[in-house]
Amino acid sequence: MKYVDEFRDAEKAQSLLREIEKLVARIDICRHRPLSIMEVCGGHTHAIFKFGIETMLPEAIELVHGPGCPVCVLPMGRVDDCVALAETPGVIFTTFGDAMRVPGSKKSLLQAKAEGADVRMVYSPLDALALARKHRDRQVVFFGLGFETTMPSTALTILQAERERILNFSLFCNHITIIPTIKAILDSPELELDGFLGPGHVSMVIGTRPYRFIADHYKRPLVVAGFEPLDVLQSTWMVLKQIAEGRCDIENQYNRIVPENGNPMALSAVGRVFELREFFEWRGLGSIDHSGVKVRAAYARYDAERKFSVPAIRIADPKSCQCGEVLKGAIKPHECKVFGKACTPETPLGALMVSSEGACAAYYQFGDFARQRQGRDAA
Amino acid sequence: MTVVMNSAGPNSHARRRRGFSARTVTLAHGGGGKAMRDLVDDVFVAAFDNPILDALEDQARIPLADLARVGDQLAFTTDSYVVDPLFFPGGDIGKLAVCGTVNDLAVGGAIPLYLTCSAIIEEGLEVDTLRAVAKAMAAAAADAGVTIVTGYTKVVHKGTCDKLFINTAGVGVVRAGIELGADRCRPDDVILVNGLLGDHGAAILNARGDMALSTEVQSDCAALHELISRLLAAAPSTRFIRDATRGGLATVLNETASASGVGIEISETATPIREEVKAFCEILGLDPLYLANEGKVVCVVPESEAESALATLRDHSLGRQAAIIGRVTAEWPGRVVMHTAFGGRRIVDMLVGDQLPRIC
Repeated sequence: MKYVDEFRDAEKAQSLLREIEKLVARIDICRHRPLSIMEVCGGHTHAIFKFGIETMLPEAIELVHGPGCPVCVLPMGRVDDCVALAETPGVIFTTFGDAMRVPGSKKSLLQAKAEGADVRMVYSPLDALALARKHRDRQVVFFGLGFETTMPSTALTILQAERERILNFSLFCNHITIIPTIKAILDSPELELDGFLGPGHVSMVIGTRPYRFIADHYKRPLVVAGFEPLDVLQSTWMVLKQIAEGRCDIENQYNRIVPENGNPMALSAVGRVFELREFFEWRGLGSIDHSGVKVRAAYARYDAERKFSVPAIRIADPKSCQCGEVLKGAIKPHECKVFGKACTPETPLGALMVSSEGACAAYYQFGDFARQRQGRDAA
Repeated sequence: MTVVMNSAGPNSHARRRRGFSARTVTLAHGGGGKAMRDLVDDVFVAAFDNPILDALEDQARIPLADLARVGDQLAFTTDSYVVDPLFFPGGDIGKLAVCGTVNDLAVGGAIPLYLTCSAIIEEGLEVDTLRAVAKAMAAAAADAGVTIVTGYTKVVHKGTCDKLFINTAGVGVVRAGIELGADRCRPDDVILVNGLLGDHGAAILNARGDMALSTEVQSDCAALHELISRLLAAAPSTRFIRDATRGGLATVLNETASASGVGIEISETATPIREEVKAFCEILGLDPLYLANEGKVVCVVPESEAESALATLRDHSLGRQAAIIGRVTAEWPGRVVMHTAFGGRRIVDMLVGDQLPRIC
């Protein structure tokens, strides 16, 4: 595949790995403990497992899989709200595929669909809008989910609906923002991270400036990374280089896609349609101030939360789950009490076990080697 | 109640044609009366026409002596076929229903001989569509050297089935001395496939049209009995063969590893997948290892017979792009591991449900 294979070149990977080894040898910390580098974004987690990157890195580097899988951080109460909306007579509930299996307190959307709710998988909010155009007698609700990556397409869809005066379309908004989340992680006391691989697609929208405080205030290096395996390796090398040189900067490895100032058109659409919520509840992480957005009053008629009665009941995470500690990188997925026992991809308790981007599902599916490696470290 | 697709005698075709003019199937065609008889005669009996079908009984009768001449074990299988759309690039539900059951027999080392055809039809289906499907089944059966000897139809209310479901059962005979099984694989055995993987899955997803992508990929739907029979002649110690249908290569390999209590390692670079299918999966966030195939088998053979197995597969028109993709290992029993083209390793696990596309 042209334009993809170039970024999957095994020989280049080997030479980068040699450079990484050299840097590791120069970093003092590595003599006492492994370096912890968090990849914030679920897309990176997916790539790391898909290409087996963890099995290639020196043991002195430990990748911590962060909270950047939007499906995984969705609290149970919001899934219940989705199910309630989907079960409202006359509603066609549309969602991205990997949200279908996330467990609510009683059922998932997949179960609701099996019981007769009209739940449809779409690839884009525009597909949902097309359904609304086609089924004027039905109410089409789009389950808006994701960080700044997917926010602009949702905003533009609402603007399009308004232009076309399509009134049977609305959004159940669960969009979240990355910066407050990274800050919450950095403020978490049980955590020791040495650096970050920054989310590439989010940064394509917001640019690299919003990360400044991570270097300035928290003194941690962050490299905005692409999603091909060479991107991940090169970004890891760039983080290590900063550590070896005693620097803390915000660098951009993914500059073929990510401009420093982001995408002004996307940001303006987001700004027109959305405003920050005072706080938003995250699975495992609890409530984080200003970490979610809602539809502005001017577009209230496209807001499913205003249009329908949504139960909005807060459901506590299952007590046995340690999703929060996994999300913050305080423990590895397999160190959770219920990993692989009560919580498996067939019977997920936590959403981290559901999406292929979720750290737990990735560990369960691809990750025996990481565990073997850790076992070896422990021995 | 069994409705046997039997004709009313040797001169009945002309009468059938005259008597049947309905354009769509209605509940009346499932009522057991004349309307149903006419539909069955016009569509299925006309297409499958053969002497056993003409025996006018509720069951096909097959002399045991004929079977015993071929081998010493009877192989018996059944599968139901539901596919949307009914017609897709490279095939249709009829061809699928014949090839699928033929392959299920063949992978056990059987020579496929007889099939049944049972159709569940949603009222409102066009009779011409049904005719086209029956015709495709007849053609596929003729190609595969099997005879469709008995059948059944039901018509159901609109909305209670999606246009047309077909069940076929198949009977074949296994030659003496052939013993294949998922539990027979041993460390150092070699794993082969007969060609490019994932074409069928990609073609179906594409044909549904909701991906807004366009690709020329065609289903690989094909009957593999002849290829398999040559393989078994060239590599008589073959341990196991399975067609990599639903769940794709990954699922077959996992079932094999688990049944034999061995590990399996495959190489991503050696696994043949069309560039177009790779790109299709890349865009949609799918993994081609889990895409369905309808004309691909996974074969496990002892190392000593690997080269002749490969040469034999490649010598056949349905195996030109056959490849050795990996081997059985004593390490990590029950697990399938892939060496990635990038230089890492990963576990290839069973899917829990369908593959769900990722958000972003």
